Amino acid sequence: MQANRPETAARDIEHRSRKDARHDRIFRGILRFCALLVLAALLGAALSTLWGGREVLFKDGFHFLTSDAWNPVTDNYGALAPIYGTLVTSIIAIVLAVPVSFGIALFLTELAPGWLRGPVATAIELLAAIPSIIYGMWGLFIFVPFMADHVEPHLADTLGKIPFIGAVFDGPPLGLGILTAGIVLAVMILPFISSVMREVFQTVPSRLKESAYALGSTTWEVVWDIVLPYTRSAVIGGIFLGLGRALGETMAVTFVLGNSYNITASLLMPGTSISSSIANEFNEAVGLHRSALIALGFLLFVVTFIVLLIARLMLRQLAKREGK
Amino acid sequence: MSAIYTRRHIKNIAAKVLATAAIIIGLVFLVWILWITLVNGISAFNWRLFTKITAYGPDGGLSNAIVGSLIMDLIAIAICAPIGVLAGTYLAECASSSKFGATVRFLNDILLSAPSIVLGLFVYVIVVIPSTSLSGGAVSFSGFAGSVALALIGLPVIVRTTDEMMQLVPTTLREAALSLGIPQWKMTLQVLMRAAMSGIITGILLALARLAGETAPLLFTAFGNNYMSVHPLDKMASLPVAIYQYTNDPNPTLHAIAWAGALLITLFVLALSLLTRLLFSRKKVSYD
Repeated sequence: MQANRPETAARDIEHRSRKDARHDRIFRGILRFCALLVLAALLGAALSTLWGGREVLFKDGFHFLTSDAWNPVTDNYGALAPIYGTLVTSIIAIVLAVPVSFGIALFLTELAPGWLRGPVATAIELLAAIPSIIYGMWGLFIFVPFMADHVEPHLADTLGKIPFIGAVFDGPPLGLGILTAGIVLAVMILPFISSVMREVFQTVPSRLKESAYALGSTTWEVVWDIVLPYTRSAVIGGIFLGLGRALGETMAVTFVLGNSYNITASLLMPGTSISSSIANEFNEAVGLHRSALIALGFLLFVVTFIVLLIARLMLRQLAKREGK
Repeated sequence: MSAIYTRRHIKNIAAKVLATAAIIIGLVFLVWILWITLVNGISAFNWRLFTKITAYGPDGGLSNAIVGSLIMDLIAIAICAPIGVLAGTYLAECASSSKFGATVRFLNDILLSAPSIVLGLFVYVIVVIPSTSLSGGAVSFSGFAGSVALALIGLPVIVRTTDEMMQLVPTTLREAALSLGIPQWKMTLQVLMRAAMSGIITGILLALARLAGETAPLLFTAFGNNYMSVHPLDKMASLPVAIYQYTNDPNPTLHAIAWAGALLITLFVLALSLLTRLLFSRKKVSYD
C-alpha cells in the first residue's frame, strides 16, 4: 500500500493536468469563437447588404452608380443623388468641424488652466453622448427655423450675389437643406475629432515643447510647428474618423435634409443622403425599391469601411512610434 | 526686428482668441441642445406618458414605447455582454500579440464607428427575412430582431473595454495564479475577471448608453407598435422610434410628447455616461 502511494499520486496529477489542458483548450476555443463573431458581424453586414441589393447592383452594369434617376413608379433607380448628398453634407461637416476641433484641442491642451480642462473636456465629450435623434429634433424644430430666419437670407444676399460661387449660396431660405444638414453633422462629429486631437496632443513629449518655448516660441508656434507635425498622422486619422461618422449618420440628417432627389449646386436647396433615403423609404418599399435601398446600404458600408480603415491606420502610426 | 516680433505676437493672440472662440462654439451648441430638450421636455411632461400607450395619439402617452425600449435594451445587453466580454478576454489573454488578434482588434475598432443603419439592414436580411419565410409571415419584424441589431452596436464597445481593462491587470497576478497550478480558464474567470470587474461593468454600461439612443437600426427590425407588446417575437415599440414617428407627424401635440420622450432618453443616456465617468474616471480609456 505504502509503495503504491507515489504512483497513484503521479497518476492523479497526470490525469488532472490532462483534464486541465483539455478544459483550457475548450475555454480558448469558446473565446476564439466569440472573437470570430466580431469578424462575422462586419463581414456579414457587407455580404448581406450585397446579397440584398444584388438585383439592382448588377442590373445594367454601372447604371445604378451613374444614374441620378430615382423613380419607384417605373422601378428605375440610380444612386447618384443620395451619394452626392452624403458626400457634400459630410464635406461641409468636416470643413466646419476640423478648425473648431483644432481650436478646442489647442485650448484644452495649451491654454486652459488645469482646473478647467477636465470639466470642459467632459462637457465637449457629452456632445457625443447625446442620441442622434435628439440632434434631429433640435435640428428640425429649432435650427431649421433659425437658419431660415437669420442665416440663409444673409448668405443669399451677400455670397449669393457674387458671380460663379454665388450659385452655391443661391436659393430660397427654406432652412431645410444640405447646408443645414452639414452644420448639424459638424456639431455631431466635433467631439470625436476634438477628443482624438486632444489625446494625441497630450502624447507630445514635453521636452520638445519646452525646448521650443525656451527658444522663445509663442504658444501658436509651438502648436503649429512642434505639436502638429509630431501628431500629423493621428490628427488626419481623427479627421477621417469624424468623416466616417458623418457619412453614416442617419437620424440627425434625415429630418433636416428635405428628402429631395434633385442634384443642385445650391447648398440651400433640399437634398437627400444614402442613410436618410433608407430611413425614409424602407418601410414603404417593396420589391426592386427595397433592393435598391439595401444596395445603397452596401455602398454606404463600403465607403465608410474604407474611410475608417484609413483612419485607424493613420491613428496606429503614432501609437507605433509611441511604442504601444 | 520689432516688426517681426509684433507680427508673431499678433498671430499668437489671434490663435488664442480663435481657440477660445472654438471652445465657446462647442459649449454653446451643447447648452443650446440640452436646454431646448429640457425646456420642451419639462413643459410636455405628464404622468400620462407612463400610463397610456401611443395608440391614443395626442391623448396618449409613451408607456408601450418605454416598456419596449427597456425589454429590447435588456435583451441586447444579454446578447452582447457575454460575447463581448469573452471576445475581449480572448484579445487580451490569448491573442495579445498574434496577427489574428491584431486583425480582430483592428476590425472591432471599425465596427465601433460603422453606420448603425447598415447594421439594421444586416439584421433585416439575416433575421427579419428568414423569420418571415420560416413562419409563413406570422413573425416578421420583431423585438428580438431589434435586440440583435442593438447588440451589434453594443458589442464593439464591450470588446474594446474588456480588452483594455484586462491588459491593465498586472502580469504578476497571472504568474502567481499559474504558478499555483491553476488552469488558465480558472485563472481567467476567477482571478483576472474579478480584478478587471469594475472596468468590464463600465464597458457594459457604456454599451447600454450607446445603444439606448439608437433609432436607425430599429426602424426595420423592431418596426414599432402602437399597442403594448411584451412578446419578443412581436413588433415592438421603442422610445427612439416613437420619437421619430411623432416628430415626422404634423400634429404639434405629438411633437410635445416627442420632446418629453426625448428628455427621458437624454437624461437616461447622459446619466449613464456621467456615472461611468465619475465612478471609473481613474481608468481612462478612449471610446471614439
